[in-house]
Amino acid sequence: MNRYKEGLKDGIAIGLGYLSVSFTFGMMAVAGGMPIWAAVVISLTNLTSAGQFAGLELILIQSSYIEMAFTQLIINLRYALMSLSLSQKIEKNMSGIQRGIIAYGITDEIFALASSKQGKVGTSYMLGLMTLPILCWTGGTLLGGIANELLPVMIRDALGIAIYGMFLAIILPPARKQHSVKAVLVIAIAMSCILSFTTISSGFSVIICTLAAAGLGAVCFPIKEVSHE
Amino acid sequence: MNKYLPYMIIMSVVTYLIRMLPIVLFQKEIKSNFVKSFLYYVPYAVLGAMTFPAIFSASQSLYASIAGCIAAFYFAYKEKDLLFVAAAACITVYIVRLLGF
Repeated sequence: MNRYKEGLKDGIAIGLGYLSVSFTFGMMAVAGGMPIWAAVVISLTNLTSAGQFAGLELILIQSSYIEMAFTQLIINLRYALMSLSLSQKIEKNMSGIQRGIIAYGITDEIFALASSKQGKVGTSYMLGLMTLPILCWTGGTLLGGIANELLPVMIRDALGIAIYGMFLAIILPPARKQHSVKAVLVIAIAMSCILSFTTISSGFSVIICTLAAAGLGAVCFPIKEVSHE
Repeated sequence: MNKYLPYMIIMSVVTYLIRMLPIVLFQKEIKSNFVKSFLYYVPYAVLGAMTFPAIFSASQSLYASIAGCIAAFYFAYKEKDLLFVAAAACITVYIVRLLGF
């Protein structure tokens, strides 16, 4: 139980950070015409930001199901690597079912915190760590959905750019420091702008740009061996 | 309801499988440096492609969107935190639209 509490405490900062992003998701979903319950269920069952925002866009334009599956696969592929990395970090005696449960909580931030812990991590700690982020992510979505219905049109319009502002805040600082990241970004952005003039849908465009830019990045600038974060 | 439910099921199942399969099935670490490098660059490529050119149609007004983009770019480059950058972009869009653009 102590390990659970320790995880709970470590999850506070992550949870607070999730509130604002999920609030934006809830607001955007409802602004796009989605019922609040759907937005909340998506947050509870997906627990991821980029994948949900991309998924939201695809739902609103009623894209094909294949496109949805591929987009989620590509955008969330990084979780597979985190999941793989965590498989080395967790206690050896963890059962398949326990592994299956904590897998649901693998996000960028939860992974980062779990990896930074000394020694192995167990089921109790992981469940504690997941608790607040899940509650905040889901609750924030609900609040955002409710808030949207109370906000005037001009403010809702202005909030549409929030998510892109966040994306820029995530990608620009590392791009400044690493030429490889900058090159990958320039390729992805240039391709995305060119493809926007074609009939290729935005969902597939993201997939094509990602495969090409990240693939070129991996060929031209392979990362140096790093040992577990 | 059917407008949303199939998508919601696909999203959550695909996302969960990606997280679940490696940790349940694999016991050994990825050795391929190409795969590691590829996965390292994926988030940047995804977010870059998702941001541009979509950011220019974030607001109903193109001018407001461009102004918001410049503000976000500036503060993100200055390494302000996520919320600050997002708020600055929103406020810029709002002000530009208030000015009548």
